[in-house]
Amino acid sequence: MNAAHEGSAQRFEVDARGLSCPQPVLETKKALTGRTSGEGTILVDTVTSRENVSRFARSQGWQVTWAESTDGGFRVLLSK
Amino acid sequence: MRSLDKLLLSRLGPVLAGGVAGVLAALLVTWGNPGNMGICVACFTRDIAGGLGLHRAAVVQYLRPEIAGLVLGAFGSALLFREFRPRSGSSPLVRFFLGFFAMVGALIFLGCPWRAYLRLAGGDWTAIAGIAGLSAGIGIGIGFLWKGFSLGKNSKNLSAAGYLMPLAAVAIMVLLVMAPLFGRDAQGTPVGPIFFSEKGPGAQHALLTLSLAVGLAVGWLAQRSRFCTVGALRDLFMLRDGHLFFGVLAFVLAAFATNLALGQFKPGFEGQPVAHTNHLWNFLGMTLAGLAFTLAGGCPGRQLILSGEGDGDAGVFVLGMLVGAGFAHNFSLASSASGPSPYGPTAVAIGLVFCLAAGFFMRERLD
Repeated sequence: MNAAHEGSAQRFEVDARGLSCPQPVLETKKALTGRTSGEGTILVDTVTSRENVSRFARSQGWQVTWAESTDGGFRVLLSK
Repeated sequence: MRSLDKLLLSRLGPVLAGGVAGVLAALLVTWGNPGNMGICVACFTRDIAGGLGLHRAAVVQYLRPEIAGLVLGAFGSALLFREFRPRSGSSPLVRFFLGFFAMVGALIFLGCPWRAYLRLAGGDWTAIAGIAGLSAGIGIGIGFLWKGFSLGKNSKNLSAAGYLMPLAAVAIMVLLVMAPLFGRDAQGTPVGPIFFSEKGPGAQHALLTLSLAVGLAVGWLAQRSRFCTVGALRDLFMLRDGHLFFGVLAFVLAAFATNLALGQFKPGFEGQPVAHTNHLWNFLGMTLAGLAFTLAGGCPGRQLILSGEGDGDAGVFVLGMLVGAGFAHNFSLASSASGPSPYGPTAVAIGLVFCLAAGFFMRERLD
């Protein structure tokens, strides 16, 4: 798993919309485990989840930006 | 206002919210609430169950404005900051029973996590076993979360559905103020449907306006900062993220300092207000509650806040707590100051079996 992520330019996407705390962060953690770089998107639907996912990703050294989606949720964009 | 909100949304937000809530909770005791029970989501929901006649334990019946205030404060804040988002459909029935058994566990300890920390801040050392049990329950819940426990995704609801819990909170306040007496006993004397304790903890309460104001303020602060007494330990253990934990620490320290200043700090094990000294059942009651809260995604205060934000599943959890409180007293499961009831341990065992089964069987593959 780690080897597959290592240096991989493949984009990852996690749909964490509708999940209770702390699952959006756990799903993000799963997606980031073993990745040393790359770009990806975490879809969330509440401001709380957006903040929690962003805080966790930053603590792991990822750069975080976000944008509102058309469904009223957020796309949290991660890159490293 | 904008800079205050920025502070509440920062890592320091829970510290600010916890600190203010701790001071206000200690003050509510001075203003008339029961000892070390300035704010207790479990006890006050139980009192509301009694006030509505869902149980007939005459000493714990009052429609607590703090609970309505928490929901309405969160509702107002969520509307103002565009975070009101009606949603539901994530295993509501499982959440109902998690709420039910969380209440049963909390009433064996005699308090929710908020009160466990307030008891500690008042010098009630019997709270230590409860907090240890809470930590154990959260630990078990974390094990299930690591293994993929999930109650599934919710989906968007229409706005009207999101107004239900705030409207229920308004209804509680209307019933408190109007106190209708259209029930009749066998002699034809007016009785109920709203009941008020004449003695005991239910008869001890601050002025309605003060209780409501504190509830509204804490509801707003907790909605903005995401203050959560269960998430605090969960995130600390699971993710090494202490920002919610520092909020709880601030809550305890602020309540402790205020208690000390007001002469309400009385350290010891014996004779503490609305508490018993059976450490085993303090521990196990809160283990059950801690596990149920962790599986449901947050402490009872957080569930009230979420229900104010339009989360229908959190609303179902709260209704589970309300019904659980009715059963806890009607079935003589709740403890008293003299100790646990003979039936409490069986109820904890049943609750733990339910929560463990939910933990094992509720898993969802998301990818």
